[in-house]
Amino acid sequence: MTVHNLYIFDRNGSCLHYSEWNRKKQAGISKEEEFKLMYGMLFSIRSFISKMSPLDMKDGFLAFQTSRYKLHYYETPTGIKLVMNTDLGVPNCRDTLQQIYSTLYVEYIVKNPLCVLGESLQSDLFHSKLDSFIRALPFFSVRAA
Amino acid sequence: MAICSVFVVNKAGGLIYQYDIFRLDIVLKIHDEKVVVSFGQRDGVREMGHAVLSINGVDVNVKYTAEGKEILEYLRDPANYPVSIRFGRPRLTSNEKLMLASMFHSLFAIGSQLSPEVGSSGIEMLETDMFKLHCCQTLTGLFFSCIKFIVLADPRQSGIDALLRKIYEIYSDFALKNPFYSLEMPIRCVLFFSYNFVICLQLKMHNTCSLKHVY
Repeated sequence: MTVHNLYIFDRNGSCLHYSEWNRKKQAGISKEEEFKLMYGMLFSIRSFISKMSPLDMKDGFLAFQTSRYKLHYYETPTGIKLVMNTDLGVPNCRDTLQQIYSTLYVEYIVKNPLCVLGESLQSDLFHSKLDSFIRALPFFSVRAA
Repeated sequence: MAICSVFVVNKAGGLIYQYDIFRLDIVLKIHDEKVVVSFGQRDGVREMGHAVLSINGVDVNVKYTAEGKEILEYLRDPANYPVSIRFGRPRLTSNEKLMLASMFHSLFAIGSQLSPEVGSSGIEMLETDMFKLHCCQTLTGLFFSCIKFIVLADPRQSGIDALLRKIYEIYSDFALKNPFYSLEMPIRCVLFFSYNFVICLQLKMHNTCSLKHVY
């Protein structure tokens, strides 16, 4: 079990933060392009799901999985989107993503007057806290690689 | 609380003026040619996704009333009140189903391109709180005829993989072996749908579960 990478997007689609831990394959395009592609995919999935759903939804899109990885998604009412890729064995990470938002993003970015909202997150404190938070997760154990 | 009516009563207790204010507490807008609720969630009417289905018991025709007037115009006219409106999730038109299927096709591809692991397939399962979408791409899909089978099911439903494989089996028996079927074209084979396909789904359904929508 492992965590591959984490994206944080704001409601306008700009990537506020990206970090990776055990990523084996790069997308083959520049990071800027990759963020746009990722955001575009999430945006389309949201509209796809809202049309496709047989019933009214509350939380909406939660996760998808392919044969090799699982993407977990959490969106706050203000439009901040947290996306975490893990391997298939990891159960629902909604709580983890919510915790990243409430204990890290709100504490170290929103409460820091020097961090401009809507721009990529520059705070070193946030980066180190996030890194240690992810590394402390029960399912973050680096496989022999 | 909004003001609904005004009554003016004279000294003797007689009604000398009365005015009813009719106004929707729901903000409607036009989205994708449908009149949908954009704000104001109440009495079981949900924002995001609920559309006007009928007015005064008569079904509406997309964004026009049965008489051919635009719904928003009709509702703007106070003379038409009080009015009874029924809301609900709009049914997908066949055009929209085509659009959604091709949308999923590209999502499937992007999901595999953005993979952090080598050799990943596209989206196999997509999870929401109301349904799970299962997708199975056959081996032939990777080479020439791109065939994907997609099933929407209850989140707690199990055994969908077997169902998808069964559908593929029926597809190869009854659609591909049909001499009147040309590849990549819509399947109009009666046997595929009316008999085998339905039986296969019913077999799945008998164990307490219900497959709500099958595309």
